[in-house]
Amino acid sequence: MTILKVSGLAKRFAGQEVLRGIDLDVTKGERIAVLGASGSGKSTLLRCLNFMEMPDAGTVTLDGRTIGRRESELTLVRQRIGMVFQQFNLFPHMTALGNVMEGLRTVRRMPRDQAQARAGKELARVGLADKAANYPAHLSGGQKQRVAIARALAMDPELLLFDEPTSALDPELVGEVLGVIRSLAEEGRTMLLVTHELGFAYHVATRVIFLADGTIHEQGTPDEVLKHPKKERTQSFLARHKEFSL
Amino acid sequence: MHRWDFASVLANTDALLVGAIGTLHIFAICLVLGLSLGLVVGLGRYARSRWLYWPATAFVEFFRNTPVLVQILWFYFALPILLPFSVSPLEAASLGISLNSAAFSAEIYRGGIQSIERGQWDGARAIGMNWAQAMRRIILPQALKRMMPALTNRAIEIFKMSTLASAVAYVELLQQGKLIASLNFNPIEAYTAVAVIFFVFLWPLVQFTYVLERRLAGDE
Repeated sequence: MTILKVSGLAKRFAGQEVLRGIDLDVTKGERIAVLGASGSGKSTLLRCLNFMEMPDAGTVTLDGRTIGRRESELTLVRQRIGMVFQQFNLFPHMTALGNVMEGLRTVRRMPRDQAQARAGKELARVGLADKAANYPAHLSGGQKQRVAIARALAMDPELLLFDEPTSALDPELVGEVLGVIRSLAEEGRTMLLVTHELGFAYHVATRVIFLADGTIHEQGTPDEVLKHPKKERTQSFLARHKEFSL
Repeated sequence: MHRWDFASVLANTDALLVGAIGTLHIFAICLVLGLSLGLVVGLGRYARSRWLYWPATAFVEFFRNTPVLVQILWFYFALPILLPFSVSPLEAASLGISLNSAAFSAEIYRGGIQSIERGQWDGARAIGMNWAQAMRRIILPQALKRMMPALTNRAIEIFKMSTLASAVAYVELLQQGKLIASLNFNPIEAYTAVAVIFFVFLWPLVQFTYVLERRLAGDE
């Protein structure tokens, strides 16, 4: 079942074409790894899916409904499409629990005790039940990113977008975040993941997309794209990354 | 050599007390009106819509580039001629000082809001917040903290600007000082006393801003 359908998506920044005509269907339960050199439009593609950036052309269809541009509609869409950022973007003036509760309280208007219980559950799921009262300044990078994941999960999203979730982390903290994402994968959650962790993409993704020049240059199963890439640009991109992973 | 004689001032403690209450009264009005209107104007200055941006900008430019004293006199003497109602000294002075403070604090608010990194907006919008929710729950609480020293400085300015109300004979400390000076022929003691009273009110407030600045600097 297709839950998200993207067609003809285009985006330009200051005259520069970042995305030029992306077509993509996301099926429920799919885990899509998005790869590409920096500047290939990976993050922009992700940010256009929940309209953090407004696409210049093309449509995004969620559960058969094409998404318009009204703010009231976009806020509903963003509740259904969770997003995790490279820089975490936690709210520094709220505790870990406060961060996870915030969407439930302010957006969903859930009573405090219910929101608290739900947020506690999500923190426990990412292994941070004991850090609920900590402010972000007193969490490690890996812990911050896990709180950010819990914050996204609290809204019950049908689709999760991960925008280079481990790129800002010290190497020794990458594992704990990938571990959480892997466990979400095992639950059968639908996700799109922009990453440089090729090994992780290989083992966790069900499909790999290689972006180049704002288009989908090559896609297929992890085995097809990462082990037996057909296109030359994919091959040279992977060659440059091989020394680190796989 | 002048022989200082504060007895003639101390004999008028009651008048100074009335003046102090007048000063605190107009200060409270202008503080609340100025800083809250400033927030509204500051949000207008931050807005992308030109229908909000241009009126807010015109307001800021107008009130930043005209003297408060002229505004107070204008509201007191000119406005009642143009409009069919009278304006009291308190109203004229409050209007002038509040609008001027709104213009200056609007720039503080705008700067504070702009200083919050984009990622905070991203984080807020990603969980489905609309603009107003993100502003109220995520952006403003952080921005206000950063703006605290600047806003406290504004409050100190407002306190001192309250003396301009004496130009339209509103009963506050300076007005009472003038009165005491002219009745007792003791301008040196009367105005010294007024200055000392202001110092006593403001010095702790200024010390508080230093503490605030240090604490905020430690936080970040």
